[in-house]
Amino acid sequence: MTTTLGAPENRRARKQPTRTSRGRTRAGSAAIKGAYPFGFYLPAGVVYVTLFLVPTLAAFFFSLTRWTLFDYEFIGLDNFEQFLREAALLKGLTNTLIYAVVTSGMKVVLGLLLAVLLTSQIIGRGFLRSLVFFPVLVSTIGVGITFTALMHPSEGLINSSLSVLGVDGPAWLTDPTWALLSVALVDVWKGVGLATVIYIAGVVSIPREYYEAAEVDGAGPLAQFRNITLPLARPATVTVIILSLIGGLRTFDLIWTMTGGGPGFTSDVIASVIYKQYQAGFYGLSTAGNVVLFLLVSAIVVPLFWFLNRKEAEL
Amino acid sequence: MSESRRAASAAVLPSARPRQRVRRPNYTLSALVAVAFLVVFVIPFAFIALTAFKGQQEAAQLEFSLPGDWQIVENFQAVLETGDYILIIAFINSVILTVASVTFMVVLGAMVAFVLQRRTSRTTGPISFLVLSGLIIPPAVVPTIWVLQELSLFKTLFGLILVEVAFHLPFCVLLFRAFIATVPRDLDESAVIDGAGPIRLFFRVIFPLLRPVTVTVIVVQSVAVFNDFVNPLYFLPGEENATVQQTLFNFQSQFESQYNLLFMDILLITIPPLIMFLFFNRQIVAGMTSGAIKG
Repeated sequence: MTTTLGAPENRRARKQPTRTSRGRTRAGSAAIKGAYPFGFYLPAGVVYVTLFLVPTLAAFFFSLTRWTLFDYEFIGLDNFEQFLREAALLKGLTNTLIYAVVTSGMKVVLGLLLAVLLTSQIIGRGFLRSLVFFPVLVSTIGVGITFTALMHPSEGLINSSLSVLGVDGPAWLTDPTWALLSVALVDVWKGVGLATVIYIAGVVSIPREYYEAAEVDGAGPLAQFRNITLPLARPATVTVIILSLIGGLRTFDLIWTMTGGGPGFTSDVIASVIYKQYQAGFYGLSTAGNVVLFLLVSAIVVPLFWFLNRKEAEL
Repeated sequence: MSESRRAASAAVLPSARPRQRVRRPNYTLSALVAVAFLVVFVIPFAFIALTAFKGQQEAAQLEFSLPGDWQIVENFQAVLETGDYILIIAFINSVILTVASVTFMVVLGAMVAFVLQRRTSRTTGPISFLVLSGLIIPPAVVPTIWVLQELSLFKTLFGLILVEVAFHLPFCVLLFRAFIATVPRDLDESAVIDGAGPIRLFFRVIFPLLRPVTVTVIVVQSVAVFNDFVNPLYFLPGEENATVQQTLFNFQSQFESQYNLLFMDILLITIPPLIMFLFFNRQIVAGMTSGAIKG
């Protein structure tokens, strides 16, 4: 991003050497500063601060209380203790992690494979790209309902097709061991298009000359993929991992439509726990769930962001 | 990261395809890929349409087959009439929500991005940090309800509009900021010398130049707000002001044995994003990849 920001300014700086590196004339500086008033921050700032920042900060306080919206009672860390003690709530925590890791892992692998496939010489490339991407734009609730029907244990299209092939499909959403994974698979189906499009952008930016040189040196397609595509598509990988982790950790719609956290609470995630506790009127506990989710997201995404970007700088 | 970002916009333009030596397409691979894509990505959508056109008993079998008797019009009418035309009310609500919140996002987001990009000062760092946090932090639900209640905006469409604006602003700011960086500062200077104040400078000179990115923001955010399920669920509960995603979710339990009507509803709700996709495919991909790579 830095080069994009800097590029037009540098070009001008070369033309007119009297300018400072920031691209302002020294004399006109005061007048031009007035052209960018802080007042422009005001309308957006008011909305953002009252409806996002204040609630986020207030969450830390209310998570320590028993709360009815009108009245609160300070109870210390009881809510968090309950979160770690009750099996149903703890399950939500581990499920969230499993879900986020499984979906982002699969999106990275499938996204890269699809991107390589869709940049190679095959017929109807543009159409196929659109086809992979379209589910990203479709209503999550609609996708959830459709796949609930397709994954029906006995009559669903998936299992009836599998039985034609002689495979006995699992009960998907109604099987406690499969429920979370089934939803994760649907999430990958819906979201892999975005990963693919990001990877296509990355793969296309790799100069053809590298491949030609490698070919001359006798590298096969697999070696080319391993030694050229994979390392040079790294920025795209970083993006896909970060984006799908953020999405995966706060996932709610799909789980709520397809299983409602069930059977039992085997496919509950933190976001669905938050909703259930809210519905039950335990606002303090629900807010504690929000704080747990906040801490989880920061603890995973921030270090990862820092680590992956640092590695990139070293390359 | 700049390299991949530039590539992102390149991938979007068909003219900017990678330079490749002319090779014969791989026919076997093409056929395999076509079949795989057909099974994985076409059949689910075909299933939605076919089920939506079937009669009730036929649809309940969940089979992938052509309808025995086509009940397109009957199902369409039946879905609309359900619950005193709740779907039409929901469509109106969703349209108001989408149009209003996206309008606010565009204007407010562009204003923030303009000052943020142009004016380098001590505040730039903290504000960029706030924008990034807005992208990463999951919103706290009940405290937001509490704030809305204090402002007596809870359970109002206007309250939900403001919530959508607050949650989607950071992404808009990032998209606008990257684009404004490509608009020469000389323009600002000449406008100021010609006597334009900041409001005129921004709305008359800069904002019209942001058209390409404005289209991207509008399209991407409209799809996001239209498809949003969680925020209306929390901040605008109640049958009478349901959005389309809400009605679809409610129909799931209501139409347990009427899969034809349920899928007709899915079909209807998929049409607006489909239209957006057909017309603005390029902008959507541009917005999602460029914003993504920075995020």
